[in-house]
Amino acid sequence: MKSHYLLFAFIGLIGLSVTSLFIGVSQVTLTTLWSDPDMRDIFFITRVPRTIALLLAGAAMGVAGLIMQLLTQNRFVEPSLAGTTQSASLGLLVVMVLAPAAPIMVKMVIASLFAMVGTILFMYLLRRIVLKSSLIVPLVGMMLSAVISAITVFAAMYFDLLQSLGAWVNGDFSGILQGRYELLWIVGVFTLLAYWIADSFTVAGMGREFAINLGLNYRRVMFMGLTVIAMVSGIVIVVVGALPFLGLIIPNLISLMIGDNTRHTIPWICLCGSSLVVICDIIGRLICYPFEIPASVILGVIGAIIFLFLLIKQPQHAKR
Amino acid sequence: MITINQIIKHYDKTKVLDNVTTTIPQGGITSIIGANGAGKSTLLSIIGRLLPADAGQIHVANMDVATTDSDKLAKYISILRQENQFNNRLTVQELVGFGRYPYTKGRLTTEDQQKIAQSLAFLNLTELSHRYLDELSGGQRQRAYVAMVLCQDTDYLLLDEPLNNLDMKHAVIMMKLLRKAADELGKTIILVIHDINFASIYSDHILAMKKGQLCYQGKPVDIMQSAILEDIFDTPVTIKQIDSQLIALYY
Repeated sequence: MKSHYLLFAFIGLIGLSVTSLFIGVSQVTLTTLWSDPDMRDIFFITRVPRTIALLLAGAAMGVAGLIMQLLTQNRFVEPSLAGTTQSASLGLLVVMVLAPAAPIMVKMVIASLFAMVGTILFMYLLRRIVLKSSLIVPLVGMMLSAVISAITVFAAMYFDLLQSLGAWVNGDFSGILQGRYELLWIVGVFTLLAYWIADSFTVAGMGREFAINLGLNYRRVMFMGLTVIAMVSGIVIVVVGALPFLGLIIPNLISLMIGDNTRHTIPWICLCGSSLVVICDIIGRLICYPFEIPASVILGVIGAIIFLFLLIKQPQHAKR
Repeated sequence: MITINQIIKHYDKTKVLDNVTTTIPQGGITSIIGANGAGKSTLLSIIGRLLPADAGQIHVANMDVATTDSDKLAKYISILRQENQFNNRLTVQELVGFGRYPYTKGRLTTEDQQKIAQSLAFLNLTELSHRYLDELSGGQRQRAYVAMVLCQDTDYLLLDEPLNNLDMKHAVIMMKLLRKAADELGKTIILVIHDINFASIYSDHILAMKKGQLCYQGKPVDIMQSAILEDIFDTPVTIKQIDSQLIALYY
């Protein structure tokens, strides 16, 4: 029965993607696509890459959030609430200052490295904290994020790069063109990798003692999880920008509906994460047409509302 | 057989295990008793490789627990600590299925499904198998965890206070199930247990610890003596024989 639902969700996502392909200032329709080469160019150079980017970034950020929640054993963390995204931005700024002409690949690697260091710092802080109530952990993450962004903003002001940094790190899909989004396929590969070893993440999420009892190589899984989180966050920030709340709300909603067996939930998280980003992008494109509001802004509004709902409706098991 | 050789463990500067040496025979139930802070749980955790010892060696079925690969050990020895609160919303069946992780790494075969069904039936959880853990009572959840380690199908089972959170009825059910696992499935079960009378009635061997040292060991008859128990627990204890069972009165 559940596989039926998954199929429906998949069809829904295809519907959303097709909608996304045919929304925009240029009136691309099936007929013009066939007859007009300019329209065909618009379609394949901007619309298709944009839609693929939406799908990949949404799915990957959802899964990155899930992995972070399992590794910290806390439901209220995600890359943008744990200093990961902010560290990636700092990394991007460092490249912009030291090597402004560096190719996008270098930007990506440096941003991912910074994301890794930021996440490890967060994990280290968590270890030092004795009182681990479910809300202290995200608070620590937010404080760390604030400190890192403060450093980033200060440095950006000092080097007069505040505006260009803002343009990079706001989650905006309007600049996605053929040739400028392909790195996101790497993110897709990391998401598949996470699905491949999904059960190790479930076991790691049971805590260190359970994991050791079951013979899991806890350190290795921790390292692989951190790598996936850092690579996904780093690449998404370089190509698209920050997508706030996504990694938090999608895994939590899915957990409420079908539980936490990662092998079952990851396909759902991918589908719903992609759908939410596509929806936010479509709203952003339509709300003051022909101008665009970045998808991340819409996501911030929708995400914050769902986050509040989750906090109020917080299930018993997350309260500890 | 588990051989424990001169185990020493410190937490910061406090010595919690002081030169513990013994062997735990194959088969049956061995209970570790002692006052709070005597080092029982620490010893159990070191046997189950959750903690490293500062000195000494432990061998389980001739494997050194400190150096053998953890995923190999997971097929011979399983350990359940007393606080197992985790946030994952898994169903009872999914949790028990993860007991097969050392063998399958998550990809369950039909044979695994059979083992899961057996473990669920053994602990009377079949009806609850599709319920989420957070919807269960404390006692049911405890049973689900035990079903998981049983499904791990190891010769050695280490349980840290399995009667925690259980009422009178469920504590008795749990001990009977463990007895059954030892007798029918041939498991070697090692318990840390606070209720001295449960230890007396259900175990084959008792290890008594005080201040990090192993002071007494033997059959329940040997340990259930007022002089010994008074020494271990530092409180007056009378022993009564009721229906051939030795019962300690300390209330």
